[in-house]
Amino acid sequence: MTTFTMEDLGAVLKDAAGAPETGAWNDDVLDLPFYELGYDSLALLEVSARIGRQFKIAIPDDAVVEMKTPRIAVEYINARITGA
Amino acid sequence: MTRRVVITGLGAVAPGDPGVKAFWQLLTAGRSATRPISFFDPSPFRSRMAAEADFDPAREGLTPQQVRRMDRTAQMAVVAAREAVADAGVDLTARDPGRTGVSIGSACGCTMGLESEYVVVSDAGRKWTVDHEYAMPHIYGYHVPSTLAAEVAWDVGAEGPVSVTSTGCTSGLDAIGHARELILEGSADVVVAGATDAPISPISVACFDAIRATSPENDDPEHASRPFDKRRAGFVLGEGSAVMVLEDLDAARARGAHIYAELRGFAGRANATHMTGLRPDGTEMAEAIRVAMNQARLDPSDIDYINAHGSGTKQNDVHETNAFKRSLGARAYDVPVSSIKSMIGHSLGAIGSLELVACALAIEHNVVPPTANLHVPDPDLDLDYVPLTARDHRVDGVLCVGSGFGGFQSAAVLSRVTS
Amino acid sequence: MIATDTAVFTGMDIIAPTGIGIEDYWSATLAGTAGIRPIERFDASGYPVRLAGEVRGFDESVRVPARLVPQTDRMTQFALAAADGALTDSALDLDTVPEFGRAVVTANSSGGFEFGQRELENLWSRGSEYVGAYQSIAWFYAANTGQVSIRHGFKGNCGVVATEQAGGLDAAGQARRVLRNGAGVVLTGGTDASLCPWGFITQLRTGLLSTRTDPSRAYLPFDADANGFLPGEGGAMLVMEPYGSAAARGARVYGALTGYACGFDPPPGSPRPPVLGRVARRALDDAGIDPAQVDVVFADAAGTPALDRAEAAAIRDLFGRPVPVAAPKAMTGRLYAGGAALDLATALLCLRDQIIPAAAGVTADPRLDIDLVTDASRPAAIHTVLVLARGYGGFNAAAVLSLPGEE
Repeated sequence: MTTFTMEDLGAVLKDAAGAPETGAWNDDVLDLPFYELGYDSLALLEVSARIGRQFKIAIPDDAVVEMKTPRIAVEYINARITGA
Repeated sequence: MTRRVVITGLGAVAPGDPGVKAFWQLLTAGRSATRPISFFDPSPFRSRMAAEADFDPAREGLTPQQVRRMDRTAQMAVVAAREAVADAGVDLTARDPGRTGVSIGSACGCTMGLESEYVVVSDAGRKWTVDHEYAMPHIYGYHVPSTLAAEVAWDVGAEGPVSVTSTGCTSGLDAIGHARELILEGSADVVVAGATDAPISPISVACFDAIRATSPENDDPEHASRPFDKRRAGFVLGEGSAVMVLEDLDAARARGAHIYAELRGFAGRANATHMTGLRPDGTEMAEAIRVAMNQARLDPSDIDYINAHGSGTKQNDVHETNAFKRSLGARAYDVPVSSIKSMIGHSLGAIGSLELVACALAIEHNVVPPTANLHVPDPDLDLDYVPLTARDHRVDGVLCVGSGFGGFQSAAVLSRVTS
Repeated sequence: MIATDTAVFTGMDIIAPTGIGIEDYWSATLAGTAGIRPIERFDASGYPVRLAGEVRGFDESVRVPARLVPQTDRMTQFALAAADGALTDSALDLDTVPEFGRAVVTANSSGGFEFGQRELENLWSRGSEYVGAYQSIAWFYAANTGQVSIRHGFKGNCGVVATEQAGGLDAAGQARRVLRNGAGVVLTGGTDASLCPWGFITQLRTGLLSTRTDPSRAYLPFDADANGFLPGEGGAMLVMEPYGSAAARGARVYGALTGYACGFDPPPGSPRPPVLGRVARRALDDAGIDPAQVDVVFADAAGTPALDRAEAAAIRDLFGRPVPVAAPKAMTGRLYAGGAALDLATALLCLRDQIIPAAAGVTADPRLDIDLVTDASRPAAIHTVLVLARGYGGFNAAAVLSLPGEE
């Protein structure tokens, strides 16, 4: 079973949109809003598109809007790729 | 002596049939020109609709050589410029060409031609070191958007200030605002000013797909552009060009020209916030409106119609509704506001020029074009958005606004010239 | 004395094939260091032109915020870096200028072409879902102005001018208008980076590029051996303020933009003459000076015999005397939207240091009868500089720069 971790998300984000503005990427930022980490709506669209291509899932607009923190994003992506 | 800048000629190649007359008929009928994309197979894309112009450059009088040399963007601009100059009844060849300027706006230049050439020289994306031997001779003219102004200048015989303004989706308003300044400061006596864009090409469709800015509701293309409607789902891509002849009021009067309107004020501001995002308060657009109104020496009560940006995104609709309230106060609730993008889609940099032509015609005919496809008003928006049908309405003063990527916000103010 | 509302330059930064930063660039320019070299940014071995003025040693990870690197083309990274540098150089405290009084006006020639080629490749070789979210904001001509405006909170009347290689001067002219309309500071200039294969081959098709392989014999403006030009990348950003507020804050003033004009050539094949001379004359009129007051002319220096002849004739006709002509482009290649902006910056350094850079490696064709500064940089008393620029298709622009203060 494929799982998607916080580390995986950090790697895609860094590649797609640059390192977080807070510097650290660990469990401390799990519940910080993406905008506080310096990632805007375009960054999240780019990251969603990349993850969608990697796991062959389509991430709808509403889901992108709802992904407000890294925790929500990781949970959403895991739910999608582990078979829901 | 202070100059005043007036509009004496109009030209348009809009979605649907070319020409100002067809354009105005479409708008006043409240008809949409949006349809499934016919230029290429749109099936792989998220948004598969566009407002296409039924434009045949040869039928519009361009020579085979011009058709080969020019991208569609340039072809439309030249045809619109010819119509505007003919409409103005001004013989530019009899004047000092050094006093004639050209100011053309375009957001994305010769995108269609560049992409089709790219496909050839890259073997459909297979080669990074693309093959120069297969490139068409005029490819550099596509590479630089300045070509669009050059083609118009050659065609009308201008040797004064000639430039392209490329500020994304406010390019059309900004290019015409620039033309106004050229006349006010005395750098030119006549400026052929407008904008053009022909972005209906796979790369543009894909790039707006990627940011989900365009509407994915492909099952009803004719009614897919729904500004101010609760069911809006993004903009519908469009194309086209509009060009106007601007000149000094006294000179226009001296030659007995028909005057559509005076371009009384123009201002641009930037939100310096985000390349695509808008804050809901509309502060910067309101500031642009305020400055343009001051230049025009008009009060909110002098504005009888607002031509909105109305692109069909919730973000925009809230942003500009607040900008109108912030700048015009209580008057905002009394003035009809409409978006012609509901009918002709969003032609990026060109749209501002098409909207200004519509504003000049609204003054000319005392008719406000409607916001088509507005069946379910968004309860969060509380202005008069002129749903579905054009309205007979005395129009002496008009505000026209634009908003675009890069954070640019522009406002132009037009008014009737009374003798 | 110049008037308090005269536009003056109080800061600048340069990114050029011969040097990054004012002093590196200027010392290389005065030394006649060549920036034209074999292309390294892509494999040019299959093309008839293999030389260009590439910017080497630009580290975007240092000069550009991490968040902006993935969403910008190299041209925008140059613009962001040079805008930062120019603001620092100006020592202007931005908090003293209202947000709506700060504007950005840049020249753009062809957009983020390298970024665009990558995304076109993604689209056509892999599929539409591979086109990235940043394509929509990275490739377009307004990207530099937009990103710089956002980075520094410039909310005034921003602009983007496209007149090919005349753009740097036209942007400065537009910046001056924005100041006249009440702005307190305008960042202007231009940067370009079209050195990717797709951007490069469109230039090959003009037939204007030199196909020589010896970098020292390729781009030779005004030389009897002139045989075309070479493209380059980079440019300059400049800080423009009204003289009154610059003087009040004790700013270092490089020079004033005292005159500007532009015009457009008649169509190819027309019997009417090109307009460069008339445009230059109008710029001098705008500055309120006679040709006799010009100490040096920065030439457009096209590098093709016909265009060089036309420019030399315009200069001879306008001045009727030997006036020193500078063509520092010979060392960098032609930087498109960045070219005239870099010439403005270089001309301001001429005013600062009272020295005219040489066009290294060029021997002026005696038939052109102009006093082109070659061989070695030439010290001179310089109060006023005329800068000329021409863009493909017929764009012409001229700017007059003067030292404030003495006459």
